[in-house]
Amino acid sequence: MSIRYIYPEFEVVRNENRCIACRVCERQCANEVHSYNEEKNVMISDETKCVNCQRCVSLCPTRALKIVKSDCTLRENANWQNDTIKEIYKQAGSGGVLLSSMGNPKPLPVYWDKILINASQVTNPPIDPLREPMETRVFLGKKNGEIERDENGNLKCSLPPQLELSMPVMFSAMSYGSISYNAHASLARAATELGILYNTGEGGLHEDFYVYGPNTIVQVASGRFGVHEDYLKAGAAVEIKMGQGAKPGIGGHLPGAKIVGDVSKTRMIPEGSDAISPAPHHDIYSIEDLRQLVFSLKEATEYKKPVIVKVAAVHNIAAIASGIARSGADIIAIDGFRGGTGAAPTRIRDNVGIPIELALASVDQRLRDEGIRNTVSLVVGGSIRSASDVIKAIALGADACYVATAALLALGCHLCRTCQSGKCNWGIATQRPDLVKRLNPDIGSERLVNLMTAWRHEIKELMGGMGINSIEALKGNRLMLRGVGLNEKELEILGISHAGE
Amino acid sequence: MKREGEVRIPSGCAIAAVISKDGNRMSGQKIYECMKPMHDRSNGLGGGFAGYGIYPEYKDFYAFHMFFDDRDTRKNCEVFLKERFEIVKSEIIPTRKIPQITNEPDIWRYFVTPLKSMMEKMQTDEKEFVARSVMKINTEMKGAFVFSSGKNMGAFKAVGFSEDVGVFYRLEEYEGYSWTAHGRYPTNTPGWWGGAHPFTLLDYSIVHNGEISSYDANRRFIEMFGYKCNLQTDTEVITYIMDYLIRVKGLTLKEAAGVIAAPFWSTIEGKSDPAERERLTYLRTMFPSLLVTGPFSIVLGFDGGLMALNDRLKLRSMVVGEKDDKVYIASEEAAIRSMEPDAENIWAPTGGEPVIIKVKDGAY
Amino acid sequence: MKRVYVNEEWCLGCHLCEYNCAFANLGLKDMADALKGKKIFPRIHVEGDEKISYGVSCRHCEDPMCIKSCIAGAISKENGVVTIDRSKCVGCLTCVLVCPYGALAPSEEGTMQKCELCVKNSCGEPACVTGCPNKAIVYEERG
Repeated sequence: MSIRYIYPEFEVVRNENRCIACRVCERQCANEVHSYNEEKNVMISDETKCVNCQRCVSLCPTRALKIVKSDCTLRENANWQNDTIKEIYKQAGSGGVLLSSMGNPKPLPVYWDKILINASQVTNPPIDPLREPMETRVFLGKKNGEIERDENGNLKCSLPPQLELSMPVMFSAMSYGSISYNAHASLARAATELGILYNTGEGGLHEDFYVYGPNTIVQVASGRFGVHEDYLKAGAAVEIKMGQGAKPGIGGHLPGAKIVGDVSKTRMIPEGSDAISPAPHHDIYSIEDLRQLVFSLKEATEYKKPVIVKVAAVHNIAAIASGIARSGADIIAIDGFRGGTGAAPTRIRDNVGIPIELALASVDQRLRDEGIRNTVSLVVGGSIRSASDVIKAIALGADACYVATAALLALGCHLCRTCQSGKCNWGIATQRPDLVKRLNPDIGSERLVNLMTAWRHEIKELMGGMGINSIEALKGNRLMLRGVGLNEKELEILGISHAGE
Repeated sequence: MKREGEVRIPSGCAIAAVISKDGNRMSGQKIYECMKPMHDRSNGLGGGFAGYGIYPEYKDFYAFHMFFDDRDTRKNCEVFLKERFEIVKSEIIPTRKIPQITNEPDIWRYFVTPLKSMMEKMQTDEKEFVARSVMKINTEMKGAFVFSSGKNMGAFKAVGFSEDVGVFYRLEEYEGYSWTAHGRYPTNTPGWWGGAHPFTLLDYSIVHNGEISSYDANRRFIEMFGYKCNLQTDTEVITYIMDYLIRVKGLTLKEAAGVIAAPFWSTIEGKSDPAERERLTYLRTMFPSLLVTGPFSIVLGFDGGLMALNDRLKLRSMVVGEKDDKVYIASEEAAIRSMEPDAENIWAPTGGEPVIIKVKDGAY
Repeated sequence: MKRVYVNEEWCLGCHLCEYNCAFANLGLKDMADALKGKKIFPRIHVEGDEKISYGVSCRHCEDPMCIKSCIAGAISKENGVVTIDRSKCVGCLTCVLVCPYGALAPSEEGTMQKCELCVKNSCGEPACVTGCPNKAIVYEERG
């Protein structure tokens, strides 16, 4: 095509006074933006290929590079915004569905940022986490057993299967295939060191990672890739994935190009074949079918492991969650509409689903109204960005949070949102061996451990300020939250008062 | 300004209690006298007492102590009571007019026994039936409030300083084998008679000093099981938790203490006895939402005994002393010395360590 | 003794080590200022192809061939570190010939230079190690 309808989104700004033509940028860019002109001994760039992943910027030894948003704009129009117009051009050129990666970037309300946390003053004391014990350990699983005693009147201490976490955070599902071997290795090692769990996603479990089984959640999704008995038994828990926040109502598609070598072996599908996960599980068309799968998995794992059911936050989430709680699931995971993805149709990612804050608040309340909140644990994800988001989620009623985007950021991801290209310069969302090796799990796991350790410190500080020294006393403790700039309906759904009340 | 029940009320306080292990009955005068040295721990917005063994002649009947805003409310409520209970005696609780206590509601007591037919209809046991009836009156009948509902025990409470409340209720005319007392320092309320302590349900009564930080976590959990926290006070929610754990779930007092003031995980892991470790782990894992955090000292009164408990960090003062067959508990030693100048073995129980005192079997 | 080791599994072939090495041994403050428009003479060299790559620098051998072969007596071992006295070097290239690792190379002036573990410059720790983005080059004790 001779007409370029779209001007490149980014400009590569190279400070010629600083560039020493070391060519690191050229070698590090899988998109081939940079090249070297030998004759003139200068670096040149092809901006049409730049995705703004910042790999070159991060590695340039003389800080000669920056990537900026192009100021070449179309005429301003509040209705027809730049991105909207460019998407039209793309579709007019390709005839295809637009694809995107990572979470919904649209300026929709982030309720976490409109919720404020309490602290103790005068009437009760804040607690200093440096001086006093501050407990963040949680157990996930059913807690509704009857109290039973033996013939001597001693308690029979048998509980339904529980997952023990040192802090209320887990790494959420990202499949081997959508992310690299080294990304998985980093997550598995960090989870083990931290005493939390990571999640295989729907890609099976690489045989090298069975050793991390006690800190692994193995996922069973609609494609059933990589699922076999040893796989189910390898993990600490089994997760049935019904949906994902970034793309509720649709399945997944890992292109054949990524089904290579160990990915193919681990997924148990031929090399080069597309891995297509159907939109529904074709053995689950209703809630009673879900119950059957829950109990099939419990049978397969001898009732020793909790079963998690993961769903996307959609309009009717409270009723859905109630159904899941009654299906025998031990844990419900809810993924909000800001949750990330390795690839999703843009329209779906940006327009389907509801915010996790509202979903969590209404599910927690619904389960309490029905008197069954203690029959199931609640895990929420879909953009938990910081320790304060975790605190707010727990106070709204979650037992624990799932984080994935934050974990990928720790591994180097710069949220360029082009995972679907498979050319991740940070070695995360790629299967190209030369790119995969860019993520050294020694570094990756250390950075993940650092991040979670930092969050844990912050969680303790925030808890201490509230005079709470154990995380269970924060769960569902909505009096610790106040809203700012929220309307009455939003406050009602969140079950919190407005600041000043 | 919002009334109690519409808004959560934090408050500080003074507590005191005495019990005779031999079941010897003591006049209520001592218990209100002992609150005098702790005057500054209250602000005059609430005081109250619970006495056990005070109604021996009606010991098989539930004694409902009730506040009514007016005569019509009482008449309506009595109709409701008659539908569910046989009332063997109803009377105004005798009080003494004193200038320190004003604006009193109508204060009545009823000795009642549940109607079998109604219990069968609702498919509940006796205690559950009584508890539900109390909950129904307190949530649904505006202007009526049951503030005591146990057998052979009773709570007496009012807006005022506790030493005056004792005089007002003529407590010197009652004799009980155990007494608890409370002086209130609420920070956010004009004071309401129903909001004073003790808070009771059936024969459980709680006096409490503290402001718990786990309140809403506890409340939202316990409300799943039919309890309604109308007063939005810590004391109310702790009372319901104890009722749930002990009466409904069948835990022992010590086990219940291991839930609400659960030891730290590090303490549990340090226990040398594996059975003990397993038991404590089980209780913490099973009832995480009933862990109470933040400062508290409580005395739980029950049929035949008392249990004193501090939060696990011991953020509120509480001391225990003994003399002969009697055990004394108070926020301050001064109160114990007021009841028994020669009290011995004064000690401060550590955080989370329940002190359980029971009257000898058959002595009450 | 601590030495520089290369984990070829993690080497990205980015060549940053060469630039960090050249810069460290120039003793200048600013890298752009030091290396702009210049040919660099690093003491570590990235070898390999697109599939596998690794940096090569002096192994500080137990019994170094270079010392034996030096006709000017310019190479010696100090505290385990093989070093060159460049005032003595005559530039005969014999050391280059005998080194099994190709760890010696001529400097800009023509005298020989090699990795001396940054002990003589102000880096403290070898610059190739601290600058490696993927921990492919490490400085550690190995049995």
